[in-house]
Amino acid sequence: MSDVLAVTEHRQGELRDVSFEVTTAGRQLADATGGELALAVIGGDVDAYAGQLDVEGVDAVYTVAEGDEFNHDVYTQAIEALADDLDPQYVVAPHTVNGLDYAPAVAQHLAVPLVTDVIEFDASGGLAVTRELYGGKTEAGIDVEGDRAMVTIRPGEWEPAGGDGDARVEAFDADIDDDAVRSTVSGFEAVGAGDVDISEAEVLVSVGRGIEEEDNLDIIFELADALDATVSASRPIVDNEWLPQDRQVGQSGKTVTPEVYIAIGISGAVQHVAGMKGSETIVAINNDPSAPIYDIADYGIVNDLFDVVPALTEQFQ
Amino acid sequence: MKILVTVTEIAEADDEFEIDGLSIDDRYLTYDLNEWDDYAIEEAVQVSEAGDDVEVVTATIGPERAEETIRQGLAKGADRAVRVWDDALADVDLLDSATKARLLAAVAREEEPDLILSGVQSADAAFAATGVAMAAELGYEWAAVVNQLDLDEDAGVANVHRELEGGVEELTAVELPAVFTIQTGINEPRYASLRGIRQAQSKPLDVMTPDELGVDRGESALALTSLEEPETESDATYFEGSVDETAAQLAELLHEKGVGA
Ligand SMILES: Cc1cc2nc3c(=O)[nH]c(=O)nc-3n(C[C@H](O)[C@H](O)[C@H](O)COP(=O)(O)OP(=O)(O)OC[C@H]3O[C@@H](n4cnc5c(N)ncnc54)[C@H](O)[C@@H]3O)c2cc1C
Repeated sequence: MSDVLAVTEHRQGELRDVSFEVTTAGRQLADATGGELALAVIGGDVDAYAGQLDVEGVDAVYTVAEGDEFNHDVYTQAIEALADDLDPQYVVAPHTVNGLDYAPAVAQHLAVPLVTDVIEFDASGGLAVTRELYGGKTEAGIDVEGDRAMVTIRPGEWEPAGGDGDARVEAFDADIDDDAVRSTVSGFEAVGAGDVDISEAEVLVSVGRGIEEEDNLDIIFELADALDATVSASRPIVDNEWLPQDRQVGQSGKTVTPEVYIAIGISGAVQHVAGMKGSETIVAINNDPSAPIYDIADYGIVNDLFDVVPALTEQFQ
Repeated sequence: MKILVTVTEIAEADDEFEIDGLSIDDRYLTYDLNEWDDYAIEEAVQVSEAGDDVEVVTATIGPERAEETIRQGLAKGADRAVRVWDDALADVDLLDSATKARLLAAVAREEEPDLILSGVQSADAAFAATGVAMAAELGYEWAAVVNQLDLDEDAGVANVHRELEGGVEELTAVELPAVFTIQTGINEPRYASLRGIRQAQSKPLDVMTPDELGVDRGESALALTSLEEPETESDATYFEGSVDETAAQLAELLHEKGVGA
């Protein structure tokens, strides 16, 4: 029971990058337990995926050829059948939208503790993990009790695994019970594109909940005009329908890599940061010195945006 | 039809705060309705307003303090509330999602709802796991991160959109009864009206212990061992001085980068 099972992810014909990150995390755990690292790849063109997943550090890849796309009822059954067979000490999954659609169910069915959105772990003596609490303002050390556990890891925290592997690739018959598949995926829809493509912009003036009211957006647009920049936003602004969806930066919005990203009244939640951390220069204007945005900002002004933004605009007029 | 909405009270840390042992000193915490649950309540209330004879019940694990938050849900249109608590829970530093799921599932077993809505995650612990764990515990079907929900009661299904990464939505038909974890933006949560707030005071709010629900309180499998403010990885340069001085310094930097030129 010293083995580790890591679950990979794909969508619309492509493995997602996070698959190689769970591979690295799984290898790290297996090194600590002295066991093997097995990957699970479920659905789609599993043989092609298995070939791509045969990277350094992987001992085995189990393929479950069932369906084309993600279905949580198939995933839960397949992972549970694999766990029955392999008796892994740890199961690792990505903390993605699909990961959180099956991991809690698998942990519940296997009766193992679950700890999610982990950013670091140490399995040298039992499992100790680090994850954030209080909306990213603190980091907690957590001991996971018991011998076994299921862990979901935060995307972007582990280096993707690479290199050439010599893994066994085995087709696994998970004996999926179709009657227990009680949801059906009928397709995908891309969020409509608007007239502005924020991912092409060189300078983004990005606005968050700190702006408080829709009318206050005026000062943001005035600044953007003065800077010849494009306006983007964090999720609450789009949820409130103050700006269209294609202006949203982040996990469920767009990934942007401008020369300059000015975050105004944005706290820097992980799902937001996922979409803008590749920006060349990050400037934050936020009156909360403990806001996580300052962890990745290059420059900051810790002050009231309603004072700073008009003053900055004036500098350019 | 009956809809159960799980509602949690979250703790938000002030801009400046101090850590006391394994938690943030209570003086620096503000308690509020979890943002995701606000959308879940609204979704349930909209279904109840559109249909005949739909009851909306909220379920919360929390101490007496949480009743103010629970009343917010009642003021926004939920019909009644259940609060689960046991003083021993106050000693648990970090409740794991399995324990929460077991306690909430016990409420669901009593209530037998057709539909359970929870938030995608709580803003403070953000495990994003309780809803799906509860579905597994109950043997209900489920879908996580739902940003559109259309019920087809005759067919016994819900047609939902799940919000995936990168602006892509998955369209899925889910058999009922089911648990959905609701994503922000699915609707426009209402503000409670004065009338709603008044009515909420007289709506039933039952308090149950795990014992009364016939479940073991259980042990959290997660033991908190440390809590700290993360060390800043970046070495951000902070512009200091008056508003105009900082604006001028930032403007100079932006000029150097060729912005606004
Ligand atoms: C599955 C999932 C997907 C998500 N996808 C995304 C996504 O794609 N993009 C995204 O952005 N979020 C996403 N989120 C939401 C994310 O978790 C946060 O809730 C969101 O990013 C918060 O936005 P914010 O920073 O604008 O608001 P808040 O976190 O409320 O921050 C507001 C900030 O403004 C500051 N402020 C307030 N008033 C002032 C003032 N007068 N002057 C200066 N500063 C002020 C405050 O100090 C605070 O830091 C997602 C969440 C989930 C669960």
